[in-house]
Amino acid sequence: MPKMVTLTIDNHPVTVPQGTVVVDAAKKIGVDIPVFCYHPKMEPVGMCRLCLVEIGRPMVDRATGQPLMNEDGTPKVQFGPKLETGCTTPVSEGMVVHTQTDGVTAARKDILEFLLTSHPLDCPICDKGGECPLQNLTMRHGPGNSRFLFDEKQHLGKNIPLGELIYLDRERCIQCARCVRFQSDVVDDPVIGFYNRGRKLEIMSNSNPGFDSIFSGNTTDICPVGALTTADFRFGARPWELKSAASICTHCPVGCNLTINVRREAKSGGDVAIKRIMPRQNESVNEIWICDKGRMAYHYAESKERLTSPLVRKGADLQPVSWDEALDLAAEKIRSAGQLVTLAGGRLSNEDLFNLAQVTQKVNGRALLHTHMAGGDLVARYGLPEGSDLGALGKGDAILVIASDLHQEAPVWWLRLKQAAKRGAELIVLNPRETRLDKFAGHVVRYPYGQEVETLSVFLPGAQVPEALQAVVSAFQAAENAVVFYGSEGLGLDGSQAVAQTAAALVFSRGKTGQPNNGLVAVWPNGNTQGAWDMGFKPSADLASAVRTADVLWAAAVDPASDDPALAEAVDGARFVIVQELFLSETARRADIVFPAQSFAEREGTVTSGELRVQRYYPAIRPDANTRPDFAISAQIGLRLGLKLEAHLSSLALLRAVEKVPTYAGLSYQRLAEVTEQWPIFGRKDMYYGGTGYANSQGLGVKLALAADGINPHAAKESAGMPPAAVNGLVLVPVTRLFDRGATVMPSTLLHQRLADKVLQLHPRTAEKLGLNADSDVLVAANNWTVEARIQLDENVPVGVALVPRSTGFPVTAPLAAAVTSRVAVPEVYGGLRS
Amino acid sequence: MSEFILLRHRDIPDLDQLKVYLKNGGFEAWKKVVTSMEPVELIQLAKDSGLRGRGGAGFPTGMKWSFVPNNLWPHYVVANADESEPGTFKDREIMESNPFQFLEGLMIASYAVQAQNSYAYLRGEFWQIGLKLNQKIAELEKAGFLGDNLFGTQYSLRLHVHMGAGAYICGEETALLESIEGKLGQPRLRPPFPAVAGLYASPTVINNVETLTNLPPIVQNGATWFREHGTEKSPGVKIFSLSGCVNNPGNYELPLGAPFRKLIYELGGGIPEGRTIKAIMAAGASSALIPATEAALDTPMDYESVANLGASLGSASVIILDESVSMSWLAQKTTHFFKHESCGKCTPCREGTYWMAHILDRIEDGGASAKDVDLLFTVARQMQNKCLCALGEFSTMPVVSSLEKFRRDFLARVDGQTR
Repeated sequence: MPKMVTLTIDNHPVTVPQGTVVVDAAKKIGVDIPVFCYHPKMEPVGMCRLCLVEIGRPMVDRATGQPLMNEDGTPKVQFGPKLETGCTTPVSEGMVVHTQTDGVTAARKDILEFLLTSHPLDCPICDKGGECPLQNLTMRHGPGNSRFLFDEKQHLGKNIPLGELIYLDRERCIQCARCVRFQSDVVDDPVIGFYNRGRKLEIMSNSNPGFDSIFSGNTTDICPVGALTTADFRFGARPWELKSAASICTHCPVGCNLTINVRREAKSGGDVAIKRIMPRQNESVNEIWICDKGRMAYHYAESKERLTSPLVRKGADLQPVSWDEALDLAAEKIRSAGQLVTLAGGRLSNEDLFNLAQVTQKVNGRALLHTHMAGGDLVARYGLPEGSDLGALGKGDAILVIASDLHQEAPVWWLRLKQAAKRGAELIVLNPRETRLDKFAGHVVRYPYGQEVETLSVFLPGAQVPEALQAVVSAFQAAENAVVFYGSEGLGLDGSQAVAQTAAALVFSRGKTGQPNNGLVAVWPNGNTQGAWDMGFKPSADLASAVRTADVLWAAAVDPASDDPALAEAVDGARFVIVQELFLSETARRADIVFPAQSFAEREGTVTSGELRVQRYYPAIRPDANTRPDFAISAQIGLRLGLKLEAHLSSLALLRAVEKVPTYAGLSYQRLAEVTEQWPIFGRKDMYYGGTGYANSQGLGVKLALAADGINPHAAKESAGMPPAAVNGLVLVPVTRLFDRGATVMPSTLLHQRLADKVLQLHPRTAEKLGLNADSDVLVAANNWTVEARIQLDENVPVGVALVPRSTGFPVTAPLAAAVTSRVAVPEVYGGLRS
Repeated sequence: MSEFILLRHRDIPDLDQLKVYLKNGGFEAWKKVVTSMEPVELIQLAKDSGLRGRGGAGFPTGMKWSFVPNNLWPHYVVANADESEPGTFKDREIMESNPFQFLEGLMIASYAVQAQNSYAYLRGEFWQIGLKLNQKIAELEKAGFLGDNLFGTQYSLRLHVHMGAGAYICGEETALLESIEGKLGQPRLRPPFPAVAGLYASPTVINNVETLTNLPPIVQNGATWFREHGTEKSPGVKIFSLSGCVNNPGNYELPLGAPFRKLIYELGGGIPEGRTIKAIMAAGASSALIPATEAALDTPMDYESVANLGASLGSASVIILDESVSMSWLAQKTTHFFKHESCGKCTPCREGTYWMAHILDRIEDGGASAKDVDLLFTVARQMQNKCLCALGEFSTMPVVSSLEKFRRDFLARVDGQTR
């Protein structure tokens, strides 16, 4: 515990930890000291000078060191000759702060008048107008009239794209440097900075593409004026027209808390439409930040391509039918099916998955999860339990990350681990190539793709530790607490299973299962992959044959047919196919019945994050009247099969699940809506302090209890390994990129410049050996497919393999030998580069 | 005074040649400190001498050195050779003509805090001097005065010349450090002070060129000798850069405490064309104006006496203004300078200098009213005590003092009188 210090602010005593600055101490007791440059998540700089207050300190007799007293026995307090900045001054014992004196009020007015001399005062057309700290503070503290001549205002560019996602209005900028500091200090993307000086000081981007950061949208939240706006929301709506709905991001397993802002729009026929996605504070999950994918990849919900009617195959075509007709047909097919195979995806809610699993069980079907990652059962047993907090990891804690490019797979976790390392946590990164996490790690271990288990096993007790790894292994073993993250860098299902088992064994071996800040975390490919495991879905080692031999294939929120030609063929082989989807996907095109489902924005539900936190999202927009949420679709099929399932209220569906899934015991929508006070105090009344993100009044989520089934994990004996490369070929290694080309990303056209390309990433030496150059076009062939791709050279890629980004069009789910042929015909004499 | 202490090149031709410098006692002080003095002795010597910083603030040099903690390493010494105050041109003459005495001083200061790498930070316009200093440093390395294990001791030292890019703010010591580190030249928040967390977050001493140039003679001749010059509280000699409305502008080395009258009339040859002196700026553009009364002219030029006039001695860049100068014109000139040089980091300076410059432009153009004169005063006053560093505060000095003491000049412009 840090030492506590007691001081007096405006006659109120307050006790705060040593090192707290005056502004924060005041905030604790509801005294608002206005700030522009100060932000509670960043180091103070004292630039804007708005937080000037009177600060007095107890006087001490220099000779004796004793405090000097007034005649009435109170300590004598000496005030400095100048006002001091409350944001840079740490509290001290006995300090006396005045924030409401005439001097302080005058200083605020003076500083605001200065700021307004160069401000365009275009509030009526400014996106920030209505939620603007400068506007609010001017109304409260500022002068009503300016003594500055309007004609002397400096006019500057108002429409400057720092990148295609973020626009700068140079006139509005008040040079507080919050954005610059956020980019360099918080997210380590120092891609914007100041140029020039004085009144000419301006923000510029120094990266190509402009503002090249996956966290760039956050700068628009913390910008205290309308200088930075997202291309997504710019001129989209006035803040006071917006209504809010709490939500959870389902793009990755972090589970960032969101607020969806909506308003009525003509384009939605007078109905509400999503205007923007904002972060919602959850200090244990995402603090007040979200990545740009979470912020901008929501447009799929409002896509014109969404399904709006149940479809049934009649002859060659899928034709719109009534819900009853489609449901009756589905129930009949499932009832009479010899083998039902239910294939679900990780973006469904727990309620959806539970109902699907119940129906599947009822007819002795197989509940399969479409994923390339294993180990959900192990995470349920050895995950991060109640009391764990990524925001609290620090000295004495070890964090081991294996096979994950966390910056791309789960950006906000990357941020949390970076911070934990800064607080003193022992961060250990095991990965075959350099990632953005390495820089912050105390130890980095490289291994060849396919040697994951061998590398991780070294950390197990009693293992033979090579000389070079002794320091890192003892650092891990010496730590009081240990969290192990495993991802899917270069891994297929087999490989993932081996890594998960070994990682679980490593966590178990420490004997601290169930203790806070100890456990296993899976960097899942989807937002609710963990929930799918918990509800009874498991991946299949041979998905193609499971699908092909199904009498009825019931696919929900998955599109196997577009992922892999082999799976497309398998889907064609299934005798009857039922699909629940948002879009007419490749799989849906092949289906016999298609049910139009609802997106996360149109309904409520719960999802379980990779660190076992169940969180609740709320409806933001009205669904199309002819769509239904997935849980309702499966429940209505179940009802026809004589199963009693909740088909109307998601909250009741969860209560059903809670009865059957022991680790979910005690969960309810009420509990998921509980909040406790968070620090920093953040919210809409005081946007000057932390920005325009949202406070959390709709739930911080609940950590699951760990599953206890008494089976101890065994480390895998060996990795799944790598297939031998073909002659003139390569082993393709799947890796994850944040901006993939998945169906939930593509409709957000704004992000198209950032999308991962369909490229083979090679080490220059590998390319040379194969006679390939940067940017050359190639044909990649393996199994029964051939795709076109481009070559990209990268010295970080290990020699002899090619990285292929997932969800960009390569049917590569696990390391795979492939032949690579230049598309430019090569004369025979140069060797047989043809496959 | 017959002999120069700092401007010795005026007595000794070719003092910028190492041979000549050595023949005239050069680097004897350096050898003495490295081979026979403990750093604490050297710090005590600096304290005893009463040497005060010549960059403007007049902070006791020995005390500055003693703030450097001995549990944090490495230490750095940085010579502030940015010399960017308008009206100051003393460091330039030292570095151009007596470079070895400056470098020897920098080396002695480095030894005092046991720095092994020290920097000379020069404004960008001094690139020729920078090239020359690099040559001199190379000569010193060759001659064994710089490098490893000097004079057979454990002590090693290297000097580096770093060129700025021509920003006034980089004469402010924390902005200077940012600039050396390759960052935008903006002042840092204090505390922590550079003595604890300076260059590359290590303890750092920053001394002015002239301050450092005083060190070799102090080491050779002792504190008592040094105190024979100047006053009790401001001992030693000072180079006064005299400019403005005066017949013989230039650098003059005088003991601290010499009266203004001696500098302006005896050495400076008085005011051109027999005009009357009007005011003195003792600290370059950052000065509060001193109306040139008889009493003011008899005031001794030391830190305390000038402060008593409500002004500051600063770096002793004495700018003389005579009756032909309108103070509103002067305020316009200084304000434009500060507006141009404001780094933009803090609000009052960034916006205040811009605003003041516009008001002054209007006053000078004759398009203003008496109300604007009042506005100018309140704008300057509302900047005061709110700025992050001294630049913003200094920018108000000529404005406020000229409005207080020569308001008639502004009102004359407002009334449409031509200059």
